[in-house]
Amino acid sequence: MSQEVWIFAEQSQGKLLPVSLELLAKGQELSYRLGGKLAAILVGGEVRKLAFELMDYGCEKVYMAEDPQLSLYQGDFYADLLARLISENKPEIVLWGATIIGRELAPWVAAKLKTGLTAHCTDLYIEEIDEEPRLVQVVSGWGGNMSLQIVCNTNPQMATVKPGLMAKPPQRKVTGEIIPIDVDIIKNVVAGRMGQSRAETVEITEEEPEVTPLEEAEVVIAGGWGLNSLGDFQLVEQLAQVLGGAVAGTRPAFDKGWITESRIIGQSGKIVSPKLFISLGASGAPQFTTGLEKSQIILAVDQNPKAPIFEIADIGIVGSLQIILPLLIKELKQKRL
Amino acid sequence: MAVDIIVCIKQVPNPEHFSKISLDPVTKTINREGIPVITNPWDKNALEEGLRIRERFSGKVVVLSMGPPQTRKSLEEALAMGADEAFLLCDRAFAAADTLATAYTLARGIQKIGHFDLVLCGNETVDSGTGQVGPQIAQFLSITCVTNVKEITFQEERKLIVKRALESGHMKVKVELPALLAVGQEINKPRLITAFGIMQAAEREPRVWGCEDIGAERDSIGGEGSPTRVLETLEHRPKRKGKIMTGSPEEMVKKAIERLREMGGLI
Repeated sequence: MSQEVWIFAEQSQGKLLPVSLELLAKGQELSYRLGGKLAAILVGGEVRKLAFELMDYGCEKVYMAEDPQLSLYQGDFYADLLARLISENKPEIVLWGATIIGRELAPWVAAKLKTGLTAHCTDLYIEEIDEEPRLVQVVSGWGGNMSLQIVCNTNPQMATVKPGLMAKPPQRKVTGEIIPIDVDIIKNVVAGRMGQSRAETVEITEEEPEVTPLEEAEVVIAGGWGLNSLGDFQLVEQLAQVLGGAVAGTRPAFDKGWITESRIIGQSGKIVSPKLFISLGASGAPQFTTGLEKSQIILAVDQNPKAPIFEIADIGIVGSLQIILPLLIKELKQKRL
Repeated sequence: MAVDIIVCIKQVPNPEHFSKISLDPVTKTINREGIPVITNPWDKNALEEGLRIRERFSGKVVVLSMGPPQTRKSLEEALAMGADEAFLLCDRAFAAADTLATAYTLARGIQKIGHFDLVLCGNETVDSGTGQVGPQIAQFLSITCVTNVKEITFQEERKLIVKRALESGHMKVKVELPALLAVGQEINKPRLITAFGIMQAAEREPRVWGCEDIGAERDSIGGEGSPTRVLETLEHRPKRKGKIMTGSPEEMVKKAIERLREMGGLI
């Protein structure tokens, strides 16, 4: 048995996504427990230098499929190729980033392999179950109200992990080996796709984010339903500007049209762990707080003293947002000068 | 010119009531009795998109769901929104299925319905939010899939361009039918149910199929056919020892900023 732990090293336009390195950190821990190697699967047009980057972060083996035909993500093709690599090499565990591509590819591959897959795990560890070391996959359920421990009876044991949840590992250079995937295999998979129903990616447009990506922001200011009395998000944006933070919100704030979908915090949105998280007018439903509970400092403002948000806040202000928010902006502005 | 569409929908507990879902301290099972249910919001977007495509090309929109008998209500709502037919996969043997067993069961249901050009579903559900069932149905049907779809443009009857949102941009995908598309909520605004729609739907009853009807393999369905299992469920209530500020609004704000500074929160 190979006992290898694999991570899917997602890359876009020749750059590794941060989540790929985060997965390496967790993968290292798991592979150490299993006594196996930590490996990555890397697919793309020109990715050799990324293989070395993975090795800088402790990856001991890189299965690399490098071919110009692979430069744009192609669902059918990637799924076929990865399923084939996994069934040939039989890793014990495969971890995926819960990115948009990862969330499409992982279940697709799982269904090809008829194995289990657990979505956006908050923790992963090895435990002896029926005298066998198995992967325990912790997920938050029912809007973050519950925490479920899930195990998989089949191999490989696969899980997706939300970006931003696990820390990037420190550099730890290892001399790894690159296992290039045979060009013929790539050609065969391409040929196998022909004539079948398919989708072909024709273009990827990268849009420069106008604002800091939420997961990278050191300060995140999020608004909720309680801002309804203000009618809009203007004061939230002002506060964010003063603090140099990123604007986010709850799902109800999205439903109101105040924020875009990519700015939703919580179970069905982003998970963030900034230095400072400010929650404004959000009562603190678990499906929201699950996305922020790892923040270093949480400051909450809401008019309801019984709002559950105050149970997880370090600093709480009970009061009307119409009064508190302008004061907060004014005071902070003065301190900054 | 016709595009036959199957829309997969799921009935879910209303997320506004999630905090009332509790854990039985003895049996360690989830107690969701009395929690109101709704149709998963994303699935309504999928149905809306299906109806819009039918308006353009003709063809049928068939809704399919798997769940307990009360799921019928969501299917009746879908019929009232304008779906032509509805099927409910309901059998005790389907219970406790994980995403793989669920996708297998729905795929068998789709094969039993027969002809289709396009399968639509919501990108994820509000309850578990895995987003896994869509791609897995596609695999069981051996068709292609695109998730997180925010725009569907037909070039020809069987050729479309799909725009999907990525974390930092967009991807344009040429899709040839048959295919499965999982849609995001920004794709459209689902229509409301009208009295006329309810009246018309009254003539069309959802049909119910069990395990035998769809010819599902017993060892691929329900808890038995699920590769994953729940080891344990725990209540999760994170808490911090926070301080609630007191005084006038000005005082509270000043104290809060002071405390922020002490904690190193002002960068």
